[in-house]
Amino acid sequence: MALPPPDPQFVLRGTSAAVHTLHFSCGGQEPDVPILFSGSENGFIHVWNLKTHRVDTALDGHGRKSVYCVETMGDKTRLLSQGRDQRICLWDLAEGRTAVTDSVFTENVGFCRCSLLTVAQGRWLMAMAAKALEEVQVLELPSKTSVCTLKPEAGAKLGMPMCLKLWQLSSGSQPLLLAGYEDGSVVLWNLSMGKPLSQLACHQEPVMSLDFDSEKTKGISGSSEKVLSIWSLNEQQNLQVYKTHNLVNAGISDITIRPDKKIVATAGWDHRIRIFGWKKLKPLAVLDYHTATVHCVSFSNHKNPRERLLAAGSKDHRISIWSIYTQT
Amino acid sequence: MSALLWEVCQQPAQAGSPELQEALLNRIVCLPDYVSNKLEGKNPPVFFPQNYFPLLGGAIIQVLQKISDSLREEILGILLPRLMDLTKSDCIWQRICWRLVECVPDRWMEAVVLGFVQRAPGADVLSRVLGNLVVKNKKAQFVVTQKVLLLQYGHTTAVLQNLLGYLALDSLRRALLIKVLQELLETWSSSSAVKHSPPEQQQYISKAILICLSHLKKTEIESCRQELLTSMMEGVKCHLDSSLPQIRRLGMIVAESISAKINTDGPVLKFQYEEDDEVRELKSLLVQALPFCAVPSLPDENRNDKADAALPLVSESNDKSHTAAPVMPDEELDTELDSDDDLIPYDMSEDKEVKIKAPVYIRDCIEALTGSEDMDKWEATIKALESLVRKNPEATREVSVELAKILLHLEEKTCIEGFVELRQRAQVAVLTTDPIPVAKYLTSQFYSLNYSLRQRMDILDVLVLAAQELSYPKSHGKTKHSGGPKPCIQLLPGSDSSKDWRRIVDERIKSKTRRFATGQSQMELASGANEFNSVAGHFFFPLIQHFDRPLTTFDLLGEDHFVLGRLVHTLAVLMYLAVNTVAVAAMGKALLEFVWALRFHTDLYVRQGLLSCISSLLISVPAERLLEDMTEELLETQSWLGDVVEKDPDGDCRRLALQNLLFMENLKKKLQTAPS
Repeated sequence: MALPPPDPQFVLRGTSAAVHTLHFSCGGQEPDVPILFSGSENGFIHVWNLKTHRVDTALDGHGRKSVYCVETMGDKTRLLSQGRDQRICLWDLAEGRTAVTDSVFTENVGFCRCSLLTVAQGRWLMAMAAKALEEVQVLELPSKTSVCTLKPEAGAKLGMPMCLKLWQLSSGSQPLLLAGYEDGSVVLWNLSMGKPLSQLACHQEPVMSLDFDSEKTKGISGSSEKVLSIWSLNEQQNLQVYKTHNLVNAGISDITIRPDKKIVATAGWDHRIRIFGWKKLKPLAVLDYHTATVHCVSFSNHKNPRERLLAAGSKDHRISIWSIYTQT
Repeated sequence: MSALLWEVCQQPAQAGSPELQEALLNRIVCLPDYVSNKLEGKNPPVFFPQNYFPLLGGAIIQVLQKISDSLREEILGILLPRLMDLTKSDCIWQRICWRLVECVPDRWMEAVVLGFVQRAPGADVLSRVLGNLVVKNKKAQFVVTQKVLLLQYGHTTAVLQNLLGYLALDSLRRALLIKVLQELLETWSSSSAVKHSPPEQQQYISKAILICLSHLKKTEIESCRQELLTSMMEGVKCHLDSSLPQIRRLGMIVAESISAKINTDGPVLKFQYEEDDEVRELKSLLVQALPFCAVPSLPDENRNDKADAALPLVSESNDKSHTAAPVMPDEELDTELDSDDDLIPYDMSEDKEVKIKAPVYIRDCIEALTGSEDMDKWEATIKALESLVRKNPEATREVSVELAKILLHLEEKTCIEGFVELRQRAQVAVLTTDPIPVAKYLTSQFYSLNYSLRQRMDILDVLVLAAQELSYPKSHGKTKHSGGPKPCIQLLPGSDSSKDWRRIVDERIKSKTRRFATGQSQMELASGANEFNSVAGHFFFPLIQHFDRPLTTFDLLGEDHFVLGRLVHTLAVLMYLAVNTVAVAAMGKALLEFVWALRFHTDLYVRQGLLSCISSLLISVPAERLLEDMTEELLETQSWLGDVVEKDPDGDCRRLALQNLLFMENLKKKLQTAPS
């Protein structure tokens, strides 16, 4: 007899605006407090203390324009945030500071979240949607030098890039970029040559979100339709569809694979969070708490597996924190 | 008689036979007198002069026809292929041929030229055979440039292509080509021509224009660019004004072609219309000229070389991937142990499709449609409205007029599939549930200020659909939506000439005549009260009342003749559906007066509608009432119908009028023969 789905472990309230992005930073040792960063539609980035369940700091750096991406660079003292004011801000949060140290003016008015990859100590690659419609630009941080601009060939009609994921097969190897586009295709780009390696039509509708498992070279993408698409990369660096899964209700805003590659969480337009096993996409749970579209899901990076958490931010201004499948 | 004459003509003229011919001629002409002298009073009627000479005349015509056919057949049929072969290789033969044609006397020039043009397999053959005849001979020029193109329209597309290709092939003749194009465009763009000439002629002219355009070179187009542009603008306006979709489409296609030729590198005119065989055929005429110029072969190889090495691999790999994909999951299943088993799924039975609840009460529907900002609820309401209305007739009757008002003004707020149909079905449901007040409201709104043409036509459509539903018998308590003509959005024959209409009328005729032969052979349908009976008048009379009263934004007799056409067709359908109702005779009389007032309307669609009105009148009103109450009107209508049969330029109108006349004849006969 299946157990009913669990309730959230706790719920964070207080953003007073729709939550668009979440990022955990829980890798520190005691007495470091596990932190959750959240970006909201009112332009604030809230730093949540996961012990007290309260907001420690609120960062205001995007002119009250919606923040739709937050990532930490290395540890929780360096933060990257992307907002609808066409800027990507780099923050220095050490020792209680709340200063924007640098910013990149993207000139892009879309919603595509940037993607960050650590290539060396203190050096990152960041992929973001560029000014021109179909282009993706890759910058090196913190120097902000452009590594390459990825432009699809004329007539490809891919539309806007909707979601990006930078990855490398193993530390030190070639970084590659997976980009999901408005026409429903996912393209694998080679950054050094600036050329696409493979293109796969995964969906009929725009690809809303994607995530990739670099160990198994398998990825998953969700769209505004009812289908989840799982694809893999073979030895020739070609994408091919592995499986599709039909959902009950259409619309996925975010997908994320847990760092231990055991489960996948999806955030749905039908207010529900779904958990699947990553090996074969077996449906595991449907978490029904929110009363509006769930915009983002994120897994924590706790060192202790039993403390791992799943966070979901929704349009109803709440962030729900779940502890699920922590025994494995 | 004709056989005799034919035999005489067939005999080759000999020197000695003029006397024979004289004698025969005398005999034939004097035959009536001769016979009457001989028979003196027992003269059979055929030999009376007034009967005999027409008979003779007819025989002469027959023989002449035979002669002309045989001439054409034999002479041209044999002559032309030989000339073709001879002139293909030999210059001298060409010259001989040209001299031959140039020497043809003027009065036979037309026949000869036409014959050649019709029989030649291609424009180049025509060029070889006729040479520059059209430039040298005035009569030939007239025939080729004016008569065939503008005055006649029975020739096939191949003939047109031959002719115009012939004009295009020689530099001397190209000036004529441009002149021809200008004249064709003048006709095409004149509004009176568009209104009054038959559709077949307009199609012919359009084809000719397209072929001309395909032959013109860039420099020539440049030189007459301005005229092309002005004619195109005028012509497009006249064509789009027309009520017939065929004419509109022709206008659109020709305008697009002209625009494409004029603006080769700028934005071109692009219309939206349905592509069907006729459209494709017309468009293919534009590219016909290409076989003459060298078509550069598509550089497929170049493209492959230039493209990235990755992309061809991508397309290949995609093909491979689709075949590989089904293989992979199987392998996975076999080789991998199911280590997901240690993750136990939770209960997911609550995970169902998220459905927005539609309101259950009619008044809630009204609220959802007018007030709320909630788009999901609005969508759900629209989808559920029709069934709600039908299930709750009492509740609907309380708010019927309000609901009708909301639906009439309802606009599409979000993108729903089939919004127009959903709205129309809801309107029909409301109208059938509470016919009289809602009909009163709708008909009054039809003649009110500040409605768009689309809304007025919606009113007409809804009235027709509701009338159809009310007048059909309900079987098993459910309304039969599948019976009869499909109750989709267009029940009215639209602007296509009333083909559906004729089918319905034909069936009705057939059913009437069958009744005399075999008696009642129709199966017993479930019978119920005719709900249309009590409300037919409410649908019909308000619509017919104010048609001649113009409003500031709506003038049926003026510019809005398209709506007038639709109104007339609506009245015809309402009349047809009013069979067996009490008000049918009064409706018939009013309809006859209405038709009489509009009978000389210039718009084709309106005239077709008027003739359909007459048809439905003759079908629906019982014959006795027709002859008792409306005798004078019927006689006047009959004479008008006779006029239409003879003089109306449109083929469909003539056919409809003829049908109506036959109807009237049948009715008369029926009343004379049937026992009273």
